Amino acid sequence: MLDVRRIPIAALVGIVLTTLFVLAAVFAPWIAPHGNAEIVSDVPWEPMSSLHWLGTDNLGRDLLSRMIYGARITLFIAVLATALSFSLGAILGFSAAVFGGWFDTILSRLVDLLMSIPTLIMGLVVLSVLPSNLVTLILVMGILDSTRVYRLSRAVAVDINVMDYVEAAKLRGEGSGWIIFREILPNALSPLVSELGLRFIYAVLFLSTLSFLGLGVQPPDADWGGMVKENKDGIVFGIGAALMPAAAIAALAISVNLVADWVLNRTTSLKGGRG
Amino acid sequence: MSAPIVKLVAQRIALGILLLLAVSVLIFAGTQILPGDVAQAILGQSATPESLANLREQLGLNDPAYIRYFRWLGGVLTGDLGTAMSSGQDIATSIKERLWNTLFLAFWAAIVAIPLAITLGLIAVRYRNGWVDKLISGVALASTSFPEFFIGYLLVFYFAVQHQWFPAISTVYDGMSFGERLQAIALPAAALTLVVLAHMMRMTRAAILNVMQSAYVETAELKGLSASAVIRKHALPNAIAPIINVVMLNLAYLVVGVVVVEVIFVYPGMGQYLVDHVTKRDVPVVQAVGLIFAAVYITLNIIADIAAIVANPRLRHPK
Repeated sequence: MLDVRRIPIAALVGIVLTTLFVLAAVFAPWIAPHGNAEIVSDVPWEPMSSLHWLGTDNLGRDLLSRMIYGARITLFIAVLATALSFSLGAILGFSAAVFGGWFDTILSRLVDLLMSIPTLIMGLVVLSVLPSNLVTLILVMGILDSTRVYRLSRAVAVDINVMDYVEAAKLRGEGSGWIIFREILPNALSPLVSELGLRFIYAVLFLSTLSFLGLGVQPPDADWGGMVKENKDGIVFGIGAALMPAAAIAALAISVNLVADWVLNRTTSLKGGRG
Repeated sequence: MSAPIVKLVAQRIALGILLLLAVSVLIFAGTQILPGDVAQAILGQSATPESLANLREQLGLNDPAYIRYFRWLGGVLTGDLGTAMSSGQDIATSIKERLWNTLFLAFWAAIVAIPLAITLGLIAVRYRNGWVDKLISGVALASTSFPEFFIGYLLVFYFAVQHQWFPAISTVYDGMSFGERLQAIALPAAALTLVVLAHMMRMTRAAILNVMQSAYVETAELKGLSASAVIRKHALPNAIAPIINVVMLNLAYLVVGVVVVEVIFVYPGMGQYLVDHVTKRDVPVVQAVGLIFAAVYITLNIIADIAAIVANPRLRHPK
């Protein structure tokens, strides 16, 4: 059983911060002092005050409220994209390992090809012709990222596929579905789970970058990357409003990283590895 | 040069060219087969069916996709990248200067980042598990979680707004002196350096540690060689390949970082050009610039592989 006192401080900080971000995202309408699009001030970029804790943004909207709603959009898209990338990558990766042959060859070469172009460049190329909406965004992010998951899950599954218990399952006549979901999946879970955190961070950073470039979430909605874009003109006047959402992205990425690191250490130590 | 090396290198280059061709197909397919109509995009929603048909004829859009692909590829190979839909300008001429700007920026970022990363990596290995190592690793871990624009705007906020040492916007123009140019790109180059530094340093550290822990280094130490001789004769020759690999892989990473950094500093380079035209949905420009970015990325990866092959003593002196 998990003993809270034995969690290292770094991981504890990560867990607490991540939880806070998730809570802010889930309960956004109840926590945020003002509405997402509500204009509360006549002048843009009002400084921090007791009324508006983080000041106001380029259109005079309450920055703190925008950030809380932004957490919702950021996490929502990143979670869905990661989920897509994981299910797609893992299922295809396991299938490639189990079926082998031309299925494996074609899929693996296709993944090599996709990975030979930087994700951001390929994302930009594809987004130049696709309609800009949330569904496209999630699909593009998920599919491009699934190549990484595919590589990992195929590598893990190839090792598992030659184990005696898989051999036994094949000999007693189980179908491929059983082999993939009942034999390989449970045994491949721990390396995949530790990868999950990293892929999620990557999704957050990728989404923020796309939105910052103006190709992600479209106004009036904004994720944190989009909020940096909205407020970036203030920087040259010494107004740090754009730095707040950017710092939030960094804080989220670091805290998830700390948790992922700890999970990785825990799962490897179970097998007598490090830690 | 012995025969197996030449063969390996030739194979790698051939594979790279094949990969580039495949990538060009992918980029073309990514923009052409997907829904959307170039003629409609140029003329807008109010276009008459006749003018649409005329433009399609004129642009050769009625031909099947593979013919258009080969026409495009033929153009690219002869230096004709087509014309931009949004401005009607020749893409190759618009790109030329921007490409130089981008290479100039990436070059200076690399010049600073590579020695710095390797030195920090060596320091981390030398004081392994001490507080210096932990500090360097911690900072590196944190900075990989930072989005590029966070680093960029922090630099702007501190060095351009609060202290006004460098311009916040990197304007470069013809007739600028070399010194002025350097001052203009100081902040974007610093941002790029920080973006790749952490990663490069961590990988260098891992590469050297890997070599230092091998049996032959231990043997060399046990037979009484001095520390410098161990490093010079045994560790370094084997660490060169991984370090070159690390450097090249991170230079390839610069390709991605440069896109965001150019947008932050409004620097007139390829990245900004690409992002602008993705927003305008100018497909010919996106294809051309995307292909160039992909080509640079793949070329750097090939060079990394070749360097690793050439630097490997086992391949250079086959039994």
